[in-house]
Amino acid sequence: MKKKFHLSNLYLILVFAVLYLPILYLIFYSFNAGKTMDKFTGFSWQHYLTLFADTRMISIVINTVIIAVLSALIATLIGTFGALGIQQLRKRSLRNCILSLNNVLMVSPDVIIGASFLIFFTFLGIKLGFGSVLLSHIAFSIPIVVLMVLPKIDEMSQVMIDAAYDLGATKWQALTRVVLPAITPGIFAGYFMAFTYSLDDFAVTFFVTGNGFSTLSVEIYSRARQGIDLEVNALSTLMFVVSLLLVGGYYALTRYNESKKIHRARAAEEEISQ
Amino acid sequence: MKSKAAYLTPYFLWIALFVIAPMALILYQSFFSITGHFTFANYEEYLSSSVYLKMTFNSIWYALIITVLALAISYPTAYLINQLKNKQLWLLLIILPTWINLLLKTYAFIGLFSQNGSVNDFLRFVGLGSHQILFTDASFIFVATYIEIPFMILPIFNSLDELNPSLINASRDLGASNWQTFRRVIVPLTMPGVKAGFQAVFIPSLSLFMITRLIGGNRVITLGTAIEEHFLVTQNWGMGSTIGIILILAMFVVMFLTRDRKNRGGQIR
Repeated sequence: MKKKFHLSNLYLILVFAVLYLPILYLIFYSFNAGKTMDKFTGFSWQHYLTLFADTRMISIVINTVIIAVLSALIATLIGTFGALGIQQLRKRSLRNCILSLNNVLMVSPDVIIGASFLIFFTFLGIKLGFGSVLLSHIAFSIPIVVLMVLPKIDEMSQVMIDAAYDLGATKWQALTRVVLPAITPGIFAGYFMAFTYSLDDFAVTFFVTGNGFSTLSVEIYSRARQGIDLEVNALSTLMFVVSLLLVGGYYALTRYNESKKIHRARAAEEEISQ
Repeated sequence: MKSKAAYLTPYFLWIALFVIAPMALILYQSFFSITGHFTFANYEEYLSSSVYLKMTFNSIWYALIITVLALAISYPTAYLINQLKNKQLWLLLIILPTWINLLLKTYAFIGLFSQNGSVNDFLRFVGLGSHQILFTDASFIFVATYIEIPFMILPIFNSLDELNPSLINASRDLGASNWQTFRRVIVPLTMPGVKAGFQAVFIPSLSLFMITRLIGGNRVITLGTAIEEHFLVTQNWGMGSTIGIILILAMFVVMFLTRDRKNRGGQIR
Protein backbone atom coordinates (compact mmCIF):
# COMPACT_ATOMS: atom_id res chain seq x y z
CA MET A 1 0.00 0.00 0.00
CA LYS A 2 2.71 2.41 0.97
CA LYS A 3 4.73 1.79 -2.15
CA LYS A 4 1.70 2.37 -4.38
CA PHE A 5 1.08 5.66 -2.65
CA HIS A 6 4.59 6.81 -3.51
CA LEU A 7 4.24 5.73 -7.12
CA SER A 8 1.01 7.66 -7.58
CA ASN A 9 2.55 10.75 -6.01
CA LEU A 10 5.48 10.47 -8.35
CA TYR A 11 3.10 10.34 -11.31
CA LEU A 12 1.27 13.47 -10.19
CA ILE A 13 4.53 15.30 -9.59
CA LEU A 14 5.62 14.37 -13.10
CA VAL A 15 2.37 15.62 -14.66
CA PHE A 16 2.55 18.91 -12.77
CA ALA A 17 6.22 19.30 -13.67
CA VAL A 18 5.52 18.83 -17.37
CA LEU A 19 2.58 21.25 -17.18
CA TYR A 20 4.58 24.00 -15.49
CA LEU A 21 8.15 23.55 -16.73
CA PRO A 22 7.65 25.21 -20.14
CA ILE A 23 6.06 28.23 -18.49
CA LEU A 24 8.79 28.53 -15.85
CA TYR A 25 11.37 28.03 -18.57
CA LEU A 26 9.99 31.02 -20.48
CA ILE A 27 10.00 33.16 -17.35
CA PHE A 28 13.51 32.08 -16.37
CA TYR A 29 15.04 33.08 -19.70
CA SER A 30 13.29 36.45 -19.68
CA PHE A 31 15.99 37.45 -17.18
CA ASN A 32 18.82 36.20 -19.38
CA ALA A 33 21.49 38.72 -20.27
CA GLY A 34 22.13 36.87 -23.53
CA LYS A 35 19.89 36.73 -26.55
CA THR A 36 18.90 33.05 -26.72
CA MET A 37 16.79 30.57 -24.78
CA ASP A 38 19.55 28.00 -24.47
CA LYS A 39 22.40 29.56 -22.53
CA PHE A 40 21.86 31.60 -19.39
CA THR A 41 24.72 34.06 -19.36
CA GLY A 42 23.69 36.23 -16.45
CA PHE A 43 20.84 38.10 -14.84
CA SER A 44 19.54 41.20 -16.52
CA TRP A 45 16.43 43.36 -16.85
CA GLN A 46 17.35 44.41 -20.36
CA HIS A 47 14.52 42.56 -22.12
CA TYR A 48 12.00 44.23 -19.84
CA LEU A 49 13.53 47.59 -20.66
CA THR A 50 13.30 46.85 -24.39
CA LEU A 51 9.69 45.81 -23.88
CA PHE A 52 8.74 49.00 -22.06
CA ALA A 53 10.49 51.09 -24.71
CA ASP A 54 8.71 49.25 -27.53
CA THR A 55 5.88 51.67 -28.35
CA ARG A 56 4.44 49.35 -30.98
CA MET A 57 4.10 46.56 -28.43
CA ILE A 58 2.60 48.90 -25.83
CA SER A 59 -0.03 50.17 -28.24
CA ILE A 60 -0.87 46.55 -29.13
CA VAL A 61 -1.29 45.75 -25.41
CA ILE A 62 -3.61 48.74 -25.04
CA ASN A 63 -5.61 47.65 -28.10
CA THR A 64 -5.94 44.13 -26.73
CA VAL A 65 -7.17 45.37 -23.36
CA ILE A 66 -9.64 47.81 -24.95
CA ILE A 67 -11.04 45.02 -27.13
CA ALA A 68 -11.31 42.66 -24.14
CA VAL A 69 -13.01 45.20 -21.84
CA LEU A 70 -15.44 46.45 -24.49
CA SER A 71 -16.31 43.11 -26.03
CA ALA A 72 -16.87 41.49 -22.62
CA LEU A 73 -19.07 44.41 -21.54
CA ILE A 74 -21.28 44.33 -24.64
CA ALA A 75 -21.40 40.53 -24.71
CA THR A 76 -22.43 40.50 -21.03
CA LEU A 77 -25.25 42.97 -21.73
CA ILE A 78 -26.60 41.08 -24.74
CA GLY A 79 -26.04 37.68 -23.15
CA THR A 80 -27.71 38.58 -19.84
CA PHE A 81 -30.80 39.97 -21.54
CA GLY A 82 -30.79 37.00 -23.88
CA ALA A 83 -30.73 34.63 -20.91
CA LEU A 84 -33.57 36.57 -19.24
CA GLY A 85 -35.58 36.26 -22.45
CA ILE A 86 -34.82 32.57 -22.92
CA GLN A 87 -35.94 31.86 -19.35
CA GLN A 88 -39.34 33.42 -20.10
CA LEU A 89 -39.94 31.15 -23.08
CA ARG A 90 -42.65 28.69 -22.16
CA LYS A 91 -42.23 26.29 -25.06
CA ARG A 92 -39.65 23.65 -24.18
CA SER A 93 -38.78 22.83 -27.79
CA LEU A 94 -38.22 26.48 -28.73
CA ARG A 95 -35.98 26.95 -25.70
CA ASN A 96 -33.91 23.89 -26.60
CA CYS A 97 -33.64 25.02 -30.20
CA ILE A 98 -32.33 28.44 -29.14
CA LEU A 99 -29.88 26.86 -26.70
CA SER A 100 -28.51 24.64 -29.48
CA LEU A 101 -28.02 27.69 -31.67
CA ASN A 102 -26.40 29.41 -28.69
CA ASN A 103 -23.89 26.57 -28.39
CA VAL A 104 -22.90 26.48 -32.07
CA LEU A 105 -20.08 28.98 -31.52
CA MET A 106 -18.99 27.19 -28.33
CA VAL A 107 -18.28 23.90 -30.09
CA SER A 108 -17.19 25.12 -33.52
CA PRO A 109 -13.45 25.03 -34.13
CA ASP A 110 -11.84 28.48 -34.06
CA VAL A 111 -10.78 28.26 -37.69
CA ILE A 112 -14.39 27.78 -38.79
CA ILE A 113 -15.55 30.76 -36.75
CA GLY A 114 -12.69 32.87 -38.09
CA ALA A 115 -13.17 31.85 -41.72
CA SER A 116 -16.95 32.25 -41.67
CA PHE A 117 -16.71 35.66 -39.98
CA LEU A 118 -14.16 36.71 -42.59
CA ILE A 119 -16.61 35.80 -45.38
CA PHE A 120 -19.39 37.55 -43.47
CA PHE A 121 -17.48 40.82 -43.02
CA THR A 122 -16.28 40.82 -46.62
CA PHE A 123 -19.82 40.11 -47.81
CA LEU A 124 -21.17 43.10 -45.86
CA GLY A 125 -18.23 45.26 -46.88
CA ILE A 126 -17.09 45.85 -43.29
CA LYS A 127 -13.49 46.97 -43.24
CA LEU A 128 -11.17 44.57 -41.42
CA GLY A 129 -9.57 46.10 -38.35
CA PHE A 130 -10.64 47.26 -34.90
CA GLY A 131 -14.36 47.06 -35.72
CA SER A 132 -14.33 43.58 -37.17
CA VAL A 133 -12.18 42.23 -34.32
CA LEU A 134 -14.46 43.84 -31.71
CA LEU A 135 -17.60 42.45 -33.37
CA SER A 136 -16.09 38.96 -33.58
CA HIS A 137 -15.05 38.99 -29.94
CA ILE A 138 -18.52 40.11 -28.86
CA ALA A 139 -20.02 37.38 -31.03
CA PHE A 140 -18.00 34.48 -29.65
CA SER A 141 -18.33 35.69 -26.04
CA ILE A 142 -22.14 35.93 -25.95
CA PRO A 143 -22.82 32.17 -25.65
CA ILE A 144 -20.54 31.74 -22.61
CA VAL A 145 -22.30 34.64 -20.86
CA VAL A 146 -25.67 33.00 -21.54
CA LEU A 147 -24.39 29.68 -20.19
CA MET A 148 -23.13 31.39 -17.02
CA VAL A 149 -26.24 33.49 -16.37
CA LEU A 150 -29.03 31.08 -17.32
CA PRO A 151 -28.52 28.59 -14.43
CA LYS A 152 -28.67 31.48 -11.94
CA ILE A 153 -31.98 32.62 -13.41
CA ASP A 154 -33.33 29.09 -13.32
CA GLU A 155 -32.26 28.80 -9.68
CA MET A 156 -34.15 31.93 -8.71
CA SER A 157 -37.70 31.18 -7.63
CA GLN A 158 -40.53 32.74 -9.59
CA VAL A 159 -42.25 33.44 -6.25
CA MET A 160 -39.78 36.27 -5.56
CA ILE A 161 -40.73 38.07 -8.74
CA ASP A 162 -44.43 37.51 -8.14
CA ALA A 163 -44.00 38.88 -4.63
CA ALA A 164 -42.31 41.98 -6.03
CA TYR A 165 -45.21 42.56 -8.42
CA ASP A 166 -47.76 41.96 -5.64
CA LEU A 167 -46.00 44.56 -3.54
CA GLY A 168 -46.49 47.03 -6.36
CA ALA A 169 -43.14 46.96 -8.13
CA THR A 170 -43.02 48.05 -11.75
CA LYS A 171 -41.35 45.79 -14.32
CA TRP A 172 -38.22 47.89 -14.18
CA GLN A 173 -38.13 47.80 -10.38
CA ALA A 174 -38.65 44.04 -10.31
CA LEU A 175 -35.78 43.64 -12.76
CA THR A 176 -33.28 45.96 -11.07
CA ARG A 177 -34.21 45.33 -7.43
CA VAL A 178 -35.00 41.60 -7.45
CA VAL A 179 -33.82 39.77 -10.55
CA LEU A 180 -30.47 41.42 -11.26
CA PRO A 181 -29.15 41.26 -7.66
CA ALA A 182 -30.05 37.57 -7.55
CA ILE A 183 -28.15 36.74 -10.72
CA THR A 184 -25.17 39.06 -10.19
CA PRO A 185 -22.69 36.21 -9.51
CA GLY A 186 -23.62 34.67 -12.86
CA ILE A 187 -23.21 37.99 -14.62
CA PHE A 188 -19.80 38.48 -13.00
CA ALA A 189 -18.70 35.01 -14.01
CA GLY A 190 -19.95 35.64 -17.54
CA TYR A 191 -18.09 38.94 -17.83
CA PHE A 192 -14.92 37.37 -16.50
CA MET A 193 -15.09 34.44 -18.89
CA ALA A 194 -15.84 36.71 -21.84
CA PHE A 195 -12.90 38.91 -20.86
CA THR A 196 -10.45 35.99 -20.75
CA TYR A 197 -11.84 34.48 -23.97
CA SER A 198 -11.13 37.77 -25.67
CA LEU A 199 -7.62 38.11 -24.21
CA ASP A 200 -6.74 34.55 -25.17
CA ASP A 201 -8.19 34.37 -28.62
CA PHE A 202 -5.81 33.94 -31.47
CA ALA A 203 -7.38 32.02 -34.36
CA VAL A 204 -10.54 34.07 -34.86
CA THR A 205 -8.68 37.36 -34.50
CA PHE A 206 -6.01 36.17 -36.92
CA PHE A 207 -8.65 35.71 -39.64
CA VAL A 208 -10.52 39.00 -39.19
CA THR A 209 -7.75 41.38 -38.20
CA GLY A 210 -6.66 42.64 -41.61
CA ASN A 211 -3.39 44.50 -41.99
CA GLY A 212 -3.26 47.57 -39.81
CA PHE A 213 -4.62 46.20 -36.54
CA SER A 214 -3.06 43.64 -34.25
CA THR A 215 -3.72 42.07 -30.86
CA LEU A 216 -1.20 40.49 -28.51
CA SER A 217 -1.82 36.91 -29.63
CA VAL A 218 -1.41 37.80 -33.29
CA GLU A 219 1.74 39.78 -32.51
CA ILE A 220 3.24 36.91 -30.49
CA TYR A 221 2.49 34.55 -33.38
CA SER A 222 4.22 36.69 -35.96
CA ARG A 223 7.25 37.19 -33.68
CA ALA A 224 7.42 33.50 -32.83
CA ARG A 225 7.48 32.67 -36.53
CA GLN A 226 10.68 34.71 -36.79
CA GLY A 227 12.33 32.72 -34.01
CA ILE A 228 13.42 33.41 -30.47
CA ASP A 229 13.05 36.95 -29.17
CA LEU A 230 13.54 37.34 -25.43
CA GLU A 231 11.30 40.39 -25.44
CA VAL A 232 8.46 37.86 -25.91
CA ASN A 233 9.73 36.04 -22.80
CA ALA A 234 9.60 39.25 -20.79
CA LEU A 235 6.08 39.80 -22.09
CA SER A 236 5.05 36.28 -21.12
CA THR A 237 6.30 36.79 -17.56
CA LEU A 238 4.17 39.90 -17.24
CA MET A 239 1.17 38.11 -18.77
CA PHE A 240 1.64 35.21 -16.38
CA VAL A 241 1.62 37.57 -13.41
CA VAL A 242 -1.47 39.34 -14.75
CA SER A 243 -3.35 36.06 -15.23
CA LEU A 244 -2.38 34.96 -11.71
CA LEU A 245 -3.75 38.23 -10.36
CA LEU A 246 -6.93 37.87 -12.46
CA VAL A 247 -7.60 34.30 -11.33
CA GLY A 248 -6.72 35.14 -7.72
CA GLY A 249 -8.88 38.24 -7.77
CA TYR A 250 -11.77 36.35 -9.31
CA TYR A 251 -11.60 33.59 -6.71
CA ALA A 252 -11.31 36.09 -3.88
CA LEU A 253 -14.36 37.91 -5.24
CA THR A 254 -16.51 34.80 -5.52
CA ARG A 255 -15.39 33.68 -2.04
CA TYR A 256 -16.24 37.11 -0.67
CA ASN A 257 -19.69 37.03 -2.27
CA GLU A 258 -20.37 33.57 -0.93
CA SER A 259 -19.25 34.39 2.59
CA LYS A 260 -21.35 37.54 2.48
CA LYS A 261 -24.33 35.40 1.52
CA ILE A 262 -23.63 32.98 4.34
CA HIS A 263 -23.31 35.84 6.82
CA ARG A 264 -26.56 37.28 5.63
CA ALA A 265 -28.31 33.95 5.88
CA ARG A 266 -26.96 33.49 9.41
CA ALA A 267 -28.03 36.95 10.44
CA ALA A 268 -31.49 36.31 9.06
CA GLU A 269 -31.68 32.99 10.91
CA GLU A 270 -30.71 34.65 14.17
CA GLU A 271 -33.28 37.35 13.66
CA ILE A 272 -35.98 34.77 13.08
CA SER A 273 -35.00 32.70 16.09
CA GLN A 274 -35.03 35.72 18.37
CA MET B 1 -45.12 39.58 -23.83
CA LYS B 2 -43.74 42.87 -24.99
CA SER B 3 -40.81 42.84 -22.59
CA LYS B 4 -39.85 39.38 -23.78
CA ALA B 5 -39.37 40.74 -27.28
CA ALA B 6 -37.35 43.66 -25.97
CA TYR B 7 -35.04 41.36 -23.99
CA LEU B 8 -34.46 39.08 -26.89
CA THR B 9 -34.06 41.47 -29.83
CA PRO B 10 -30.29 41.99 -29.60
CA TYR B 11 -29.78 38.34 -28.75
CA PHE B 12 -31.84 37.10 -31.70
CA LEU B 13 -30.07 39.59 -33.92
CA TRP B 14 -26.80 38.01 -32.77
CA ILE B 15 -28.06 34.50 -33.55
CA ALA B 16 -29.18 35.57 -37.03
CA LEU B 17 -26.09 37.60 -37.89
CA PHE B 18 -23.26 35.74 -36.17
CA VAL B 19 -24.46 32.16 -35.89
CA ILE B 20 -26.74 31.42 -38.84
CA ALA B 21 -25.44 33.87 -41.45
CA PRO B 22 -21.71 32.94 -41.22
CA MET B 23 -22.47 29.22 -41.31
CA ALA B 24 -24.78 29.72 -44.30
CA LEU B 25 -22.14 31.87 -46.00
CA ILE B 26 -19.39 29.29 -45.59
CA LEU B 27 -21.67 26.70 -47.22
CA TYR B 28 -22.56 29.17 -49.98
CA GLN B 29 -18.92 30.10 -50.55
CA SER B 30 -17.93 26.45 -50.90
CA PHE B 31 -19.84 26.34 -54.21
CA PHE B 32 -17.76 29.08 -55.80
CA SER B 33 -14.54 28.70 -57.72
CA ILE B 34 -11.59 31.05 -57.26
CA THR B 35 -12.84 33.09 -60.23
CA GLY B 36 -16.30 33.51 -58.69
CA HIS B 37 -18.37 31.03 -60.69
CA PHE B 38 -20.97 28.76 -59.19
CA THR B 39 -19.64 25.21 -59.37
CA PHE B 40 -19.39 21.85 -57.67
CA ALA B 41 -15.75 21.67 -58.75
CA ASN B 42 -14.41 22.25 -55.21
CA TYR B 43 -16.15 19.17 -53.91
CA GLU B 44 -15.18 17.16 -56.99
CA GLU B 45 -11.58 18.23 -56.62
CA TYR B 46 -11.61 17.48 -52.92
CA LEU B 47 -13.05 14.00 -53.35
CA SER B 48 -10.87 13.05 -56.30
CA SER B 49 -7.56 14.49 -55.14
CA SER B 50 -5.34 12.13 -53.22
CA VAL B 51 -3.58 15.14 -51.65
CA TYR B 52 -6.74 16.43 -49.95
CA LEU B 53 -7.97 13.00 -48.94
CA LYS B 54 -4.60 12.06 -47.50
CA MET B 55 -4.42 15.35 -45.65
CA THR B 56 -7.89 14.75 -44.14
CA PHE B 57 -6.98 11.23 -43.15
CA ASN B 58 -3.71 12.42 -41.59
CA SER B 59 -5.46 15.19 -39.72
CA ILE B 60 -8.02 12.79 -38.23
CA TRP B 61 -5.25 10.33 -37.41
CA TYR B 62 -3.16 12.96 -35.61
CA ALA B 63 -6.20 14.24 -33.73
CA LEU B 64 -6.96 10.68 -32.65
CA ILE B 65 -3.40 10.12 -31.41
CA ILE B 66 -3.46 13.41 -29.51
CA THR B 67 -6.84 12.62 -27.95
CA VAL B 68 -5.90 9.08 -26.93
CA LEU B 69 -2.57 10.23 -25.47
CA ALA B 70 -4.30 13.03 -23.58
CA LEU B 71 -6.86 10.54 -22.27
CA ALA B 72 -4.19 8.05 -21.21
CA ILE B 73 -2.37 10.75 -19.22
CA SER B 74 -5.45 12.56 -17.93
CA TYR B 75 -7.53 9.70 -16.56
CA PRO B 76 -4.98 8.59 -13.94
CA THR B 77 -4.22 12.23 -13.16
CA ALA B 78 -7.88 13.09 -12.60
CA TYR B 79 -8.34 9.90 -10.58
CA LEU B 80 -5.36 10.63 -8.33
CA ILE B 81 -6.24 14.29 -7.86
CA ASN B 82 -9.76 13.29 -6.86
CA GLN B 83 -8.27 11.32 -3.96
CA LEU B 84 -6.12 14.18 -2.65
CA LYS B 85 -7.06 16.21 0.38
CA ASN B 86 -7.31 19.68 -1.19
CA LYS B 87 -8.55 18.43 -4.52
CA GLN B 88 -10.19 21.69 -5.62
CA LEU B 89 -6.89 23.51 -5.10
CA TRP B 90 -4.98 20.91 -7.12
CA LEU B 91 -7.59 21.10 -9.85
CA LEU B 92 -7.11 24.86 -9.92
CA LEU B 93 -3.40 24.24 -10.48
CA ILE B 94 -4.28 22.03 -13.46
CA ILE B 95 -6.54 24.72 -14.89
CA LEU B 96 -4.10 27.58 -14.30
CA PRO B 97 -1.89 26.82 -17.35
CA THR B 98 -4.94 27.14 -19.62
CA TRP B 99 -5.00 30.82 -18.65
CA ILE B 100 -1.59 31.32 -20.16
CA ASN B 101 -1.89 32.34 -23.77
CA LEU B 102 -1.66 29.29 -26.00
CA LEU B 103 0.88 30.94 -28.26
CA LEU B 104 3.25 31.64 -25.40
CA LYS B 105 3.16 27.98 -24.40
CA THR B 106 3.86 26.98 -27.98
CA TYR B 107 6.64 29.53 -28.16
CA ALA B 108 8.25 27.99 -25.07
CA PHE B 109 8.60 24.73 -26.96
CA ILE B 110 10.40 26.42 -29.84
CA GLY B 111 13.11 27.23 -27.28
CA LEU B 112 12.99 23.87 -25.52
CA PHE B 113 13.11 21.80 -28.70
CA SER B 114 15.61 23.83 -30.70
CA GLN B 115 18.96 22.43 -31.88
CA ASN B 116 20.79 23.78 -28.80
CA GLY B 117 17.73 23.82 -26.58
CA SER B 118 17.39 22.32 -23.14
CA VAL B 119 15.90 19.03 -24.32
CA ASN B 120 18.85 18.43 -26.62
CA ASP B 121 21.23 19.49 -23.83
CA PHE B 122 19.61 16.86 -21.66
CA LEU B 123 19.82 14.20 -24.39
CA ARG B 124 23.53 14.97 -24.89
CA PHE B 125 24.01 14.85 -21.12
CA VAL B 126 22.56 11.33 -20.85
CA GLY B 127 24.63 10.36 -23.87
CA LEU B 128 21.89 10.04 -26.48
CA GLY B 129 23.32 12.80 -28.64
CA SER B 130 21.35 15.70 -30.10
CA HIS B 131 18.47 15.25 -32.48
CA GLN B 132 16.29 17.31 -34.74
CA ILE B 133 13.21 17.66 -32.53
CA LEU B 134 11.53 20.81 -33.78
CA PHE B 135 9.56 20.48 -37.02
CA THR B 136 8.83 16.78 -36.58
CA ASP B 137 5.50 14.97 -36.28
CA ALA B 138 6.39 13.84 -32.77
CA SER B 139 7.02 17.37 -31.54
CA PHE B 140 3.68 18.51 -32.98
CA ILE B 141 1.86 15.66 -31.22
CA PHE B 142 3.69 16.36 -27.96
CA VAL B 143 2.90 20.07 -27.90
CA ALA B 144 -0.72 19.59 -28.96
CA THR B 145 -1.21 16.94 -26.25
CA TYR B 146 0.45 19.23 -23.71
CA ILE B 147 -1.98 22.03 -24.58
CA GLU B 148 -5.07 19.81 -24.54
CA ILE B 149 -4.45 17.81 -21.34
CA PRO B 150 -6.19 20.22 -18.92
CA PHE B 151 -9.31 20.17 -21.12
CA MET B 152 -9.36 16.39 -20.79
CA ILE B 153 -8.66 16.31 -17.04
CA LEU B 154 -11.43 18.75 -16.16
CA PRO B 155 -14.50 16.82 -17.38
CA ILE B 156 -13.09 13.49 -16.16
CA PHE B 157 -12.39 15.00 -12.75
CA ASN B 158 -15.92 16.39 -12.58
CA SER B 159 -17.47 13.02 -13.33
CA LEU B 160 -15.24 11.32 -10.74
CA ASP B 161 -16.15 14.02 -8.25
CA GLU B 162 -19.86 13.46 -8.85
CA LEU B 163 -19.48 9.71 -8.43
CA ASN B 164 -21.34 8.57 -5.34
CA PRO B 165 -18.74 6.94 -3.01
CA SER B 166 -21.35 4.58 -1.57
CA LEU B 167 -21.46 2.83 -4.96
CA ILE B 168 -17.77 2.03 -4.63
CA ASN B 169 -18.28 0.85 -1.05
CA ALA B 170 -21.20 -1.29 -2.18
CA SER B 171 -19.05 -2.86 -4.87
CA ARG B 172 -16.34 -3.65 -2.30
CA ASP B 173 -18.89 -5.04 0.15
CA LEU B 174 -20.19 -7.33 -2.56
CA GLY B 175 -16.70 -8.76 -2.86
CA ALA B 176 -15.28 -7.01 -5.90
CA SER B 177 -11.54 -6.55 -6.06
CA ASN B 178 -10.05 -3.09 -6.58
CA TRP B 179 -9.61 -3.79 -10.25
CA GLN B 180 -13.15 -5.12 -10.68
CA THR B 181 -14.56 -2.07 -8.90
CA PHE B 182 -12.54 0.17 -11.19
CA ARG B 183 -13.50 -1.63 -14.39
CA ARG B 184 -17.14 -2.37 -13.64
CA VAL B 185 -18.17 0.62 -11.54
CA ILE B 186 -15.84 3.59 -11.84
CA VAL B 187 -15.07 3.47 -15.56
CA PRO B 188 -18.68 3.04 -16.76
CA LEU B 189 -19.94 5.78 -14.43
CA THR B 190 -17.27 8.24 -15.58
CA MET B 191 -17.86 7.59 -19.28
CA PRO B 192 -19.81 10.87 -19.68
CA GLY B 193 -16.72 12.75 -18.51
CA VAL B 194 -14.47 10.79 -20.86
CA LYS B 195 -16.82 11.51 -23.77
CA ALA B 196 -16.97 15.20 -22.92
CA GLY B 197 -13.19 15.28 -22.74
CA PHE B 198 -12.89 13.42 -26.03
CA GLN B 199 -15.08 16.05 -27.69
CA ALA B 200 -13.25 18.91 -26.04
CA VAL B 201 -9.89 17.65 -27.28
CA PHE B 202 -10.58 15.94 -30.60
CA ILE B 203 -12.41 18.78 -32.35
CA PRO B 204 -9.82 21.49 -31.57
CA SER B 205 -7.03 19.05 -32.48
CA LEU B 206 -8.35 18.93 -36.03
CA SER B 207 -7.89 22.64 -36.38
CA LEU B 208 -4.80 23.69 -34.42
CA PHE B 209 -3.09 25.49 -37.27
CA MET B 210 -0.82 27.71 -35.18
CA ILE B 211 0.92 24.71 -33.58
CA THR B 212 1.42 22.97 -36.92
CA ARG B 213 2.97 26.16 -38.27
CA LEU B 214 5.22 26.93 -35.31
CA ILE B 215 6.19 23.46 -34.12
CA GLY B 216 5.40 21.12 -37.00
CA GLY B 217 7.11 23.31 -39.57
CA ASN B 218 5.14 22.76 -42.73
CA ARG B 219 5.40 19.00 -42.43
CA VAL B 220 2.14 18.47 -40.59
CA ILE B 221 -0.92 19.75 -42.43
CA THR B 222 -4.21 19.47 -40.58
CA LEU B 223 -7.68 20.49 -41.74
CA GLY B 224 -7.20 23.73 -39.83
CA THR B 225 -3.87 24.46 -41.51
CA ALA B 226 -5.41 23.81 -44.92
CA ILE B 227 -8.30 26.19 -44.22
CA GLU B 228 -5.95 28.91 -43.01
CA GLU B 229 -3.73 28.39 -46.07
CA HIS B 230 -6.64 28.67 -48.52
CA PHE B 231 -8.20 31.68 -46.86
CA LEU B 232 -5.18 33.78 -45.95
CA VAL B 233 -2.38 32.64 -48.27
CA THR B 234 -3.69 31.38 -51.62
CA GLN B 235 -6.98 33.31 -51.28
CA ASN B 236 -8.95 30.37 -52.66
CA TRP B 237 -11.94 30.88 -50.38
CA GLY B 238 -14.12 28.38 -52.24
CA MET B 239 -11.79 25.48 -51.58
CA GLY B 240 -11.13 26.74 -48.04
CA SER B 241 -14.87 26.76 -47.37
CA THR B 242 -15.20 23.26 -48.83
CA ILE B 243 -12.60 21.98 -46.38
CA GLY B 244 -14.39 23.98 -43.68
CA ILE B 245 -17.62 22.11 -44.48
CA ILE B 246 -15.71 18.83 -44.21
CA LEU B 247 -14.39 19.95 -40.80
CA ILE B 248 -17.93 20.84 -39.69
CA LEU B 249 -19.12 17.40 -40.84
CA ALA B 250 -16.28 15.75 -38.91
CA MET B 251 -17.32 17.77 -35.88
CA PHE B 252 -20.92 16.55 -36.16
CA VAL B 253 -19.76 12.95 -36.48
CA VAL B 254 -17.64 13.28 -33.33
CA MET B 255 -20.45 14.97 -31.44
CA PHE B 256 -22.85 12.26 -32.53
CA LEU B 257 -20.50 9.48 -31.45
CA THR B 258 -19.85 11.09 -28.08
CA ARG B 259 -23.33 12.53 -27.46
CA ASP B 260 -25.15 12.63 -24.10
CA ARG B 261 -23.36 15.57 -22.57
CA LYS B 262 -23.19 18.82 -24.44
CA ASN B 263 -21.08 21.23 -22.40
CA ARG B 264 -17.49 21.63 -23.45
CA GLY B 265 -15.18 21.20 -20.49
CA GLY B 266 -14.23 24.85 -20.51
CA GLN B 267 -11.69 26.61 -18.40
CA ILE B 268 -13.68 26.99 -15.28
CA ARG B 269 -16.91 25.71 -13.87
